Amino acid sequence: MSHEFFLEVSGLGKDFAPVAFTRGPVVRAVQDVSFRIRRGEVVGLVGESGSGKTTIGRMVAQLIEPTSGSIRFDGVETTSLTRRELRRLHARVQYIFQDPFASLSPRMTIGEILMEGLDIQRIGSKSERVTKATESLASVDLPPDAICRYPHEFSGGQRQRIGIARALTLAPDLIVADEPVSALDVSIQAQIVNLLRDLQMRLGLTMLFIAHDLAVVEYVADTVIVLYLGRIMEMAPSRALYASPQHPYTRALLSAVPSPDPSRHTVRQILKGDIPSPANPPSGCVFRTRCPVAVEACANVVPPLREGAKGHFKACIRDDLD
Amino acid sequence: MNAEPILEISGLTTVFRIGDGEIAAVRDLSLAVATGETVALVGESGSGKSVTSLSIMGLLPRGVGRIAAGKVQLRRKSGELVELQSLGGEALRRVRGNDIGMVFQEPLTSLNPVYTIGEQIAEPIRIHLGKSHREALADAIQRLEDVGIPDPRRRARQYPHELSGGMRQRATIAMALACNPTLLIADEPTTALDVTIQAQILDLLGQLQKERGMGMLFVTHNLGVVAEIADRVAVMYAGSVVETGSVARVFSHPRHPYTKGLMRSVPRLGTATLLKEAGTPLPTIAGSVPSLMNLPQGCPFAPRCPYRIEACSEAYPKLADAGEGQLSRCIRWQEI
Repeated sequence: MSHEFFLEVSGLGKDFAPVAFTRGPVVRAVQDVSFRIRRGEVVGLVGESGSGKTTIGRMVAQLIEPTSGSIRFDGVETTSLTRRELRRLHARVQYIFQDPFASLSPRMTIGEILMEGLDIQRIGSKSERVTKATESLASVDLPPDAICRYPHEFSGGQRQRIGIARALTLAPDLIVADEPVSALDVSIQAQIVNLLRDLQMRLGLTMLFIAHDLAVVEYVADTVIVLYLGRIMEMAPSRALYASPQHPYTRALLSAVPSPDPSRHTVRQILKGDIPSPANPPSGCVFRTRCPVAVEACANVVPPLREGAKGHFKACIRDDLD
Repeated sequence: MNAEPILEISGLTTVFRIGDGEIAAVRDLSLAVATGETVALVGESGSGKSVTSLSIMGLLPRGVGRIAAGKVQLRRKSGELVELQSLGGEALRRVRGNDIGMVFQEPLTSLNPVYTIGEQIAEPIRIHLGKSHREALADAIQRLEDVGIPDPRRRARQYPHELSGGMRQRATIAMALACNPTLLIADEPTTALDVTIQAQILDLLGQLQKERGMGMLFVTHNLGVVAEIADRVAVMYAGSVVETGSVARVFSHPRHPYTKGLMRSVPRLGTATLLKEAGTPLPTIAGSVPSLMNLPQGCPFAPRCPYRIEACSEAYPKLADAGEGQLSRCIRWQEI
């Protein structure tokens, strides 16, 4: 029986120990994060540096272990799996990395890169593996002869297509795409975003799409989660989040994106100060030190994530703003 | 142009040695920056925007890159006109950091990890303005305050690793402004920063430029940032300026197919939802940027251009005057 929610994350937390031989504080990278993804849904995870977005992605892909909380995958709790079970799970969750130059081994041909996962998982015969690799190359619009070439023969955009093809060869149930277009030029970014959207619709992929840029996520994500210093600030269906952002941080983040249309220049709200260190986050609401509408009470309690309009959650105690 | 230019580049061609041959990373580039004006140089990777800024500053890798043709003329603080491309090492060092301030993309690599912030900002003040250690340090603290660093006295005693990314970039800006330059060259100064910090730095640069009446050459790949900070823009593609003019004009009525394509492919908040619901793909520019080693004949954008005709592959197009200071390197600019 398949579950309605393919991925269920609840109370997820991750602490990183201080650097060896120093007495630095524990870094609380992710705290009490809960969300769910339906089969075939794309969830966008957006935040600035130190927001914990990549840490969450890595925990979901079982690349690192959570400190607390649970990750249920198709109804199965994954935090207590044996190594063997974990390896089987790895075939079902694939990762697309940010940097198409660092994530492809320069010594392997594209064919070897694409078939490595199949080899490790011992799926199919040699010829079936080649067929699968060629198929996934075709699905990202690369020619079949790419299979015997090396990564350096391809441009950044083409390499990112190879990274996507690699994630597809295992026919995964979930793809974690970690800033898949951030390293690419604008004219190439849109091509890759279109490709991901197209693949997602065609293959019914379930995807966790991580980005620091709200504008990039909008086209692919059905639901958007905005993170700040390891906590969820706002979570809403994409349309609602962009049309009527509720959390002061989301509003500031949207207002900070510079628009290329000279006629559309509105008064920007510029947040003061720096993002605090996740090793020493503020008490209460983590955003309060930069929040333009913070009040005294914000320092006392961590604001719970509450549902306002249907499916629209925010973690802010100020309900009196417009 | 009513104000007199501080920087005037004409016909700049910069070549790099690759194997036995040479390739032109910048081709016949002309550009002027006036007092109190911000000019943005915008383009994607490999367009030649950073090579242009390195050529101006005389920072091309020695033995590999050189200026093959053209003139880079700078009006110094003293009013004297100098041709930067023909200055030697020592003469150039007297100009750099003194008449020209520079800010780079990555603050952590442009700051020296073993000197305090204060010492690094004081250094150009001692060298170029001949002030004593003590005076220079006092000036450095003042500069830190100018760029909005709280508690500048304490920050001056700290090392780069003790500052956040945004603070470090403020410190490099303080260093660039240390000797009150007439020209500031900022090469992708906000690219490594988070959006909320980018907004702060753009705001700061805009404000400093106004207060000091400096000319600013701002190199970036981000069209949104250009619209935010610049008065005029030069759009580069494969080593050439393909379009130039006031930001308002170029961005609202682009006269080059590349500019038009770029403007359409920038993700805009709110519009993607509409496209998604209509089932329309995001607008893109087909293909990818050509390698400089293998540029097509004629117009370098032709293979990707929806307006391409046969004549495009025959000759390298000249910059055509589209009126009101707008120039386009396209033979069909009138139809765009």
